Amino acid sequence: MKIIPCPQNGPRPVSEFSFAGAVEPRDETATDASAAWAEQVFFKENGTGVVTELWRHNPSAFWLYLERCRVTDRIIKAYPANAANSADGEEEHD
Amino acid sequence: MPFGLLKYGLSRRYPAEPHFSAGKSLKSHYDVVIIGAGAHGAGMAYYLAKYHGITNVALLDKAYLGGGNSARNTAVIRSNYLTETGVNFYKESARLYQDLSNEFGYNIMHEQRGQLTLAHNDTTLRNFRWRAEIGKHLGTNIEMVDRQTIKELAPELNLSENVRFPILAGLWHADGATARHDAIVWGYTKGACERGVELHQLTEVEDFTIENGRVTEVKTNRGKISCGCVVQAVAGHSSLIAAKAGIRLPIQTYPLQAMVTQNYKPLLTPHVSSPQLKVFTHQTSRGEFVIGSGADDYPLYSSRATLERKEMLASAIIELFPFLQHAQILRQWGGIADVTPDYSPIMGLSPLKNYYLNAGWGTYGFKAAPVSAKTMAECVATGKPPALIEDFALERFYRFKQVNEVGATAEVH
Ligand SMILES: Cc1cc2nc3c(=O)[nH]c(=O)nc-3n(C[C@H](O)[C@H](O)[C@H](O)COP(=O)(O)OP(=O)(O)OC[C@H]3O[C@@H](n4cnc5c(N)ncnc54)[C@H](O)[C@@H]3O)c2cc1C
Repeated sequence: MKIIPCPQNGPRPVSEFSFAGAVEPRDETATDASAAWAEQVFFKENGTGVVTELWRHNPSAFWLYLERCRVTDRIIKAYPANAANSADGEEEHD
Repeated sequence: MPFGLLKYGLSRRYPAEPHFSAGKSLKSHYDVVIIGAGAHGAGMAYYLAKYHGITNVALLDKAYLGGGNSARNTAVIRSNYLTETGVNFYKESARLYQDLSNEFGYNIMHEQRGQLTLAHNDTTLRNFRWRAEIGKHLGTNIEMVDRQTIKELAPELNLSENVRFPILAGLWHADGATARHDAIVWGYTKGACERGVELHQLTEVEDFTIENGRVTEVKTNRGKISCGCVVQAVAGHSSLIAAKAGIRLPIQTYPLQAMVTQNYKPLLTPHVSSPQLKVFTHQTSRGEFVIGSGADDYPLYSSRATLERKEMLASAIIELFPFLQHAQILRQWGGIADVTPDYSPIMGLSPLKNYYLNAGWGTYGFKAAPVSAKTMAECVATGKPPALIEDFALERFYRFKQVNEVGATAEVH
């Protein structure tokens, strides 16, 4: 079983988490609005390097960032996605 | 009988027939370079030679012929999709499959045993009614069936109401079929090579030279080739190859896993799948139960198989077929699937003038290989995508005109 080092709950099995997509900056300089929308919505990072991703620990509703290698599946870094947690109002749970 | 067979096998009067010419050196120029020798690449080479007289074609693979997803799939062939575009396209593929054994001159082991999909909730029932209506309208064999008919179609299925998700009704698709996956690739390649196409294995495409919006050169680990045009058909590596041509694709790449049990006597005729339990199975003619599901839960470029997925498949399949609780798993494996947002492929033209896309086959590209190869060959030969694949253009994502097959594909192949 793959283990994810959750900053909130400690090491937990991957089955307790959901993948929520790569974290990508929005292109604010785009001139063609609909093409920029299409890229933002459909064209996600899909390279073979280390990608920063948003994940959720489902039982505790805790959002976290993982820096994960898309070839070896190795997790390089895990840290709280603070903005996401407070925006959701689900930051506190003890 | 065994001795007769041995004598036949060793007799000089019946020498083994080599299907493909082995290891030539690369020529300096090809009219068409096909990247990826899976079912789609090999099929395109075959139809280019057969219908369009284009034979100066290089079929390149970085590994061996048909060793990618074409060697790893669960070989489900069906056309019970949701959209008119989807049904028409996959229906034509299912029809082409019926004739391939004759066309190749050897047995692709095509077996039309039907597909039974199960509904355990109202949402799936609505989805089934839609698919049954559109399927009938477009001339496929499809109907909704009740529990009694399900019992007759699959007597070993657990129809108890005392389970997590009792079975309410089914979608019966008599056109559903299966075939020997390797045989498709071999048959196409044999036919292509007989007509002059060159297969080059262990030939990896590493980069392109692009001038004025055209690919002029393909760089491989065995040297450079100048080319008339290029088609990519690399399944799980679609984004990576396209990126080398400067093209971004709306694809996420996921592992896709399957497994088979030990052999049983014949117990199950049709293919059975359950979108809610996220599992499907059929019994092969050897007697094994092939068990599979949708793609993994997060993206990864790896064909590794995991214990989590085995547990999930096992718990779901035991709910449908309780006797399988005693089964031993004989083999397990994974492939790499290029999944699009709408679960439809990306086919046809690209932003480069002489570069064509055959990608985004996710979990469903085996059944589509014949029609995909045939229509793509026409597209490459004429420079214009035929009507059957117009809606699958990359450009659809910029116009928000997706061909949404998520509800007919995500959990079943
Ligand atoms: C477990 C599993 C179950 C499946 N079940 C079904 C099913 O039941 N029904 C269904 O319809 N579909 C199914 N599929 C999907 C189906 O297998 C694929 O969509 C289909 O095989 C794709 O064929 P292809 O020819 O495009 O790709 P592949 O067969 O993967 O061939 C691509 C080839 O490209 C080569 N390649 C990659 N990069 C390069 C490079 N740089 N240079 C040269 N060559 C390169 C690879 O070596 C490979 O041989 C399943 C897939 C998996 C993994």
